Amino acid sequence: MLLGFWAAAFSGPAGETESCKTGRGPKTKLSEYGFFAGNLSDLKPATGVFTYDVNAPLFSDYAEKARFIYLPEGTQMAWNDSTAFQFPDGAAIIKNFYYPNDASKPDAGRRILETRLLIKEPKGWKALEYIWNVEQTDAMLEVTGASFPFSWRNAGGKVQQIQYVAPNINQCKGCHSYDGQFVPIGINARQLNRENSDDNQLLMWNKQGRLSLPPGFKPETGPRLSDYRQFSGPLVDRARAYLDSNCGHCHNPRGPAGSSGMFLDISQNNPERLGVGKAPVAAGRGSGNRKFGIVPGEPGESILLFRMENNDPGIRMPELGRQLAHHEGIELIKSWIKEMK
Amino acid sequence: MNRFLLIASFFLPGTASAQADVEKQIQTQLILAEDGDVIELPAMKIYLGNTLSLDEKKNVTIRGAGQDKTILSFKGQTQGAEGLKVTNSQGIVLENFTIEDAKGDLIKTQAVKGLVFRDITARWTGKPKKTNGSYALYPVQCQNVRMERCTAIGASDAGLYVGQSDSVWVTKCYAKNNVAGIEIENTTNAWVYENFAAYNTGGILVFDLPDLPKKRGGHVKVWKNKIVQNNYRNFAPKGNIVGKVPPGTGVMVLATNDVEIHDNYIMDNKTASTAIISYYITENPIKDKAYIPYPSSIYIHDNVYSEGKRMPTWKNKLGFLFWLKFGRNVPHILYDGIQNPDYLAGDGMVKPEYRICVRNNENGTFANLKAGNKFKGISRDLTPHDCEHESISFDR
Repeated sequence: MLLGFWAAAFSGPAGETESCKTGRGPKTKLSEYGFFAGNLSDLKPATGVFTYDVNAPLFSDYAEKARFIYLPEGTQMAWNDSTAFQFPDGAAIIKNFYYPNDASKPDAGRRILETRLLIKEPKGWKALEYIWNVEQTDAMLEVTGASFPFSWRNAGGKVQQIQYVAPNINQCKGCHSYDGQFVPIGINARQLNRENSDDNQLLMWNKQGRLSLPPGFKPETGPRLSDYRQFSGPLVDRARAYLDSNCGHCHNPRGPAGSSGMFLDISQNNPERLGVGKAPVAAGRGSGNRKFGIVPGEPGESILLFRMENNDPGIRMPELGRQLAHHEGIELIKSWIKEMK
Repeated sequence: MNRFLLIASFFLPGTASAQADVEKQIQTQLILAEDGDVIELPAMKIYLGNTLSLDEKKNVTIRGAGQDKTILSFKGQTQGAEGLKVTNSQGIVLENFTIEDAKGDLIKTQAVKGLVFRDITARWTGKPKKTNGSYALYPVQCQNVRMERCTAIGASDAGLYVGQSDSVWVTKCYAKNNVAGIEIENTTNAWVYENFAAYNTGGILVFDLPDLPKKRGGHVKVWKNKIVQNNYRNFAPKGNIVGKVPPGTGVMVLATNDVEIHDNYIMDNKTASTAIISYYITENPIKDKAYIPYPSSIYIHDNVYSEGKRMPTWKNKLGFLFWLKFGRNVPHILYDGIQNPDYLAGDGMVKPEYRICVRNNENGTFANLKAGNKFKGISRDLTPHDCEHESISFDR
């Protein structure tokens, strides 16, 4: 039966490696899917594969990401105004994590470290983790993830060194969880409603037949997160966008951090739920001797900031996906709390 | 299907890479486990760098070779906040091993239906300190949880901590040198019996807290426990609710409804052998409109308290206040006396179903602290509390 599904998900003319895509179960090597044409490390999308960009990216140790979606031929994504878009079986979301060899020299090339795949199967989403070889010729499936030292030269010319950690499959679900079910995170209207070069991403996909949109959809009135990296627009919008994408996938009533009672997703409008004057529940030493999640006007007394600034695995937030503090994010949230009344 | 999966232990345990191999092998087994699998951990001390996790499994057992033989040490942990994490599963048994020194919680389980912790030692080694993780065993949002013959040591919050769960049995466990020994929080239908809670800051706590998805706990029965010398200094990081528990607390009921405490042996807890308090005592603001900050339907009976006098702690606001009010002779059973106006009948008396009942406790001296009246007019008269509630039945 399983084989039948995989055969059904098989798309494109047989015999071409590019068209193998998600059919016939998890592959040992990333190259076997045929998501990319030519040199694998060029990440040049093959037929059925296209890039996507988000408004408010998740911070992951300053790694850059090349993001792609694969849709089997003749299928499309279905709109949802608040949660992830619906995907046809056989679709895949492909996220490649890389660092520029030298961030101050755009031509110096890049080093791809991992590729995370989400594949839509009839019973739900499946996460697969691929680790790239040093030669950059391919990436291998690793169910337990990986951990290795890595260094790169950042935009300021400084060499940064970290123990890079690629998550295991269970850890993927530590974030990608809604009511206990595996879900994509960034593939929602508010993240994807953005202008890429000359066209709106959602309208473009709609024209290409890749996405259904509600009748009369207009990008300017649709849901949209602020791009917190741009220093424009209201501070509150940028801060809430940052919290939504970095925290809200866990910290919402139906996410893994639902038990904390602190909700940071964009739909949350109750100040107490956001942490204002809220005492911690199970923070332990994560409280940093501070009394409340957020103390308006006092970032230095807010647990939220303490956990963003700290790198201890028992204290830091998010729990997974970072070894380094995100200075720009910290400054943003600090300003927001400082101005809060 | 019932497979036994033995993690090979032929690696030389001394080398770091061999340790990493064992860690990887265990994590791989946990990810690939099928329904009915028994995953056997090797008889060795294993140093792990990352959280071990089990997700979306049915009827899986993780079994060590014994608490003194299989030791999972997270002393050098660099990744993940927990030692072992089990999520979104059913019918999980964890047994026969020791787990220690995680950066956050030792074992956290979330959204698991049918869960047994058996013969597990969960501890932070060395002198108890505030940099220890929060919880040793921590089921949250779980159903049908059994903890038996487990030992929890050194948690900077609670040793055995059950949060926002339903149908819980905690029995024959030993909690020592934690801030809270055993804590039942926003949890319904809990049976806590025949445990030994000693040398913690507080022995057994039954709490209902605001701002949580699971609003109300209650129907909690605490009996036949030995709750002894819980006088340890409070080493919880500030900001946490247990940071307010005075050293010398035996049993504390905070804002919970329907709790029966009976036939316990509650000895030598110097500040508050048994305290029944409202959330107002914490002086934290209450913004959760659905939250009821008062304890109600409490029945404390047939417990045995120590003879003689006790000097309460000075290292806590409440303890110091007790000392001011009672000197070296603080009563055993302390009720803050803050009334919920909704619980009063027309005559100004508490309606029978909500009363705080205290009966037949050996050496069980009592005081109503009249905290709502700024602790003025403290009453030691037990007559208003000479009543009983129907005993909570024991569902096995």
